[in-house]
Amino acid sequence: MAQRTVTIASSVGLHARPASLFVQAAGESGLDIEIGRPGEDAVDATSILGVMALGAKHGEEVVLTAEGEGADEALDALVELLSRDLDAE
Amino acid sequence: MSNSTENPRGIGVSPGAAVGPVVQVRAHVRPPENEPAPADPVAEHARIKEVFESVARTLEERAAGADETAQQILTATALIARDKGLAKGVLKELNAGKGPTRAVTDAVGTYAAQFEALGGYFAERVTDLKDVRNRVVARLLGQEDPGVPEFHVPSVIVAHDLAPAETATLNPTLVRAIITEAGGRTSHTAILAAQMGIPAVVQLVGARDIPVGTIVAVDGDSGEVTLNPSAAYQEELIGKRERRRAALAGSSGPGRTADGYPVKLLANIGGVEDAQSAAAQDVEGVGLFRTEFVFLSRDTAPTLEEQTDIYTKVFQPFGSRRVVVRTLDAGADKPLAFADLGPEENPALGKRGLRLQALRPELLDTQLEALSKAAKATSAEVKVMAPMVATAEEAAWFARRVRENGLPSVGVMIEVPGAAMASRHVLAEVDFGSLGTNDLAQYTMAADRMEGALSDLLDPWQPAVLAVIGAACEGAKIAGKPIGVCGEAGGDPLLALVLAGLGVSSLSMAPSKVGIVRYALGLHSMAVCHGMATAALDSRTATDARDAVLAMAHEDLAALL
Repeated sequence: MAQRTVTIASSVGLHARPASLFVQAAGESGLDIEIGRPGEDAVDATSILGVMALGAKHGEEVVLTAEGEGADEALDALVELLSRDLDAE
Repeated sequence: MSNSTENPRGIGVSPGAAVGPVVQVRAHVRPPENEPAPADPVAEHARIKEVFESVARTLEERAAGADETAQQILTATALIARDKGLAKGVLKELNAGKGPTRAVTDAVGTYAAQFEALGGYFAERVTDLKDVRNRVVARLLGQEDPGVPEFHVPSVIVAHDLAPAETATLNPTLVRAIITEAGGRTSHTAILAAQMGIPAVVQLVGARDIPVGTIVAVDGDSGEVTLNPSAAYQEELIGKRERRRAALAGSSGPGRTADGYPVKLLANIGGVEDAQSAAAQDVEGVGLFRTEFVFLSRDTAPTLEEQTDIYTKVFQPFGSRRVVVRTLDAGADKPLAFADLGPEENPALGKRGLRLQALRPELLDTQLEALSKAAKATSAEVKVMAPMVATAEEAAWFARRVRENGLPSVGVMIEVPGAAMASRHVLAEVDFGSLGTNDLAQYTMAADRMEGALSDLLDPWQPAVLAVIGAACEGAKIAGKPIGVCGEAGGDPLLALVLAGLGVSSLSMAPSKVGIVRYALGLHSMAVCHGMATAALDSRTATDARDAVLAMAHEDLAALL
């Protein structure tokens, strides 16, 4: 299982447009990906409602996990996405 | 009336008259009672998922043809329709023995409750969740999607109530008039319809039962709606519209009473497009520029550069005319994603307007700096005022910040009865006051503006509301400061005369109402306006007040009302 920890860079946190972009990217990978706070229950990263309800704020750390072929590459791409201020773009 | 059947009457909120076929905005359907549980929940789930998918595709198709903001919202809503968590929730409800539409409604309800509890931005997304639910439930029942149907001939739009977004997306060239069963004098439908110059009637009982395609005549002044109007009545109504047009064509220029007392006629605007269309009309400037649109439905605070650019575009079209800017009036019922102060028990009485600005001063500082830059870049006479001021201390705090930014003229809205009663102290701190009659009526009569059923209490003709306005004008006189009106009351030609008589020196309204108000002022001397003000204040009820003033009005004006 691949795992990454990343700090949310988006100034509005992980909702609105950043959440949409993240969920779309996670969905396009075709893998089972989860996102959660360290040590807490994770949610399906392809569920917009789940990701929004997580309510991850700017500067918070989240853990991404994925299973299957290409998991590392997929997570690297998502980490890169979360490390940018998506809302400012 | 020339028609034999009894005509329903609502409240006319946007003037003018129109005749056209009815288009009914479809209400959303509720799950039927006693819906049977599916024999095979898994197969039923597959069918429901297909419906969710078809809704997602519809939303994406609409997104493709929409502007950028709408596109983002529609794309995100499509994601909700495809959400795996939501689909699992539906399966859980089906397995618990619920019928398909009930299962969808309850699964959405679980998320909606979570988001409402989170408040702020999340609570706003509940609208999108419910939009998905309404479409899926309608399709499961073999019905068409709720909302405004597509139509191609100029029509009269009928709805229970129109959401602001629905009103704003209506194509004005295809909308002859708007009728709603709910809503009130100061509801969004009323304000937007007046802004667009479309006749509108709200609070029309039975509006939803008018069959689609029925020809109706709508009188946006009296609130009367006539089904299948006779040719004679259509002629009468159109005749009135033409008389009004002819009367107004003969009056132009600055507002003045018959004996030459100036009463400035200004426009209320809410954005760059409004500014361009208002500037092209015969108005002396802007009495209320609502700046909320710059901030609402955004996830981050707009930057100094963005704001400067927007304000410059608003000021430019007015040349050297006056533009009164109201700083951000948000909070509570109009939450900002980037300055959410959490849910409140009584939003209208909570941390809104200047109170929010005081808690988030950096928002105000950026706005004032941007206004100052835009004012320097253009030749407009820019004035800045604060919403929801209650005390002299608040007025002084705001005035200092505005003047520090090099803006020469600062004022406050008088919409809190406390500020109206203490206006001589409050206005001593600033250069001018502006009565926000919608909120002033709401707070004076303790009646929620958004509650259509309380419209009678919110009538600005209520003698108590007029007494509070009169007190504010007295205080302004003592402080030696001008006071204007920027609520919907200023656009009522009879009430405008009363307000002038009470001592108001400017009236700001939807641009479509300026013509009739200018005409009314030009027919009456200031002495008559004083007499009308006294008569209105001496009346026992709102109806008595209006009747008394109407009886004193010039016959040429009375003939147009």
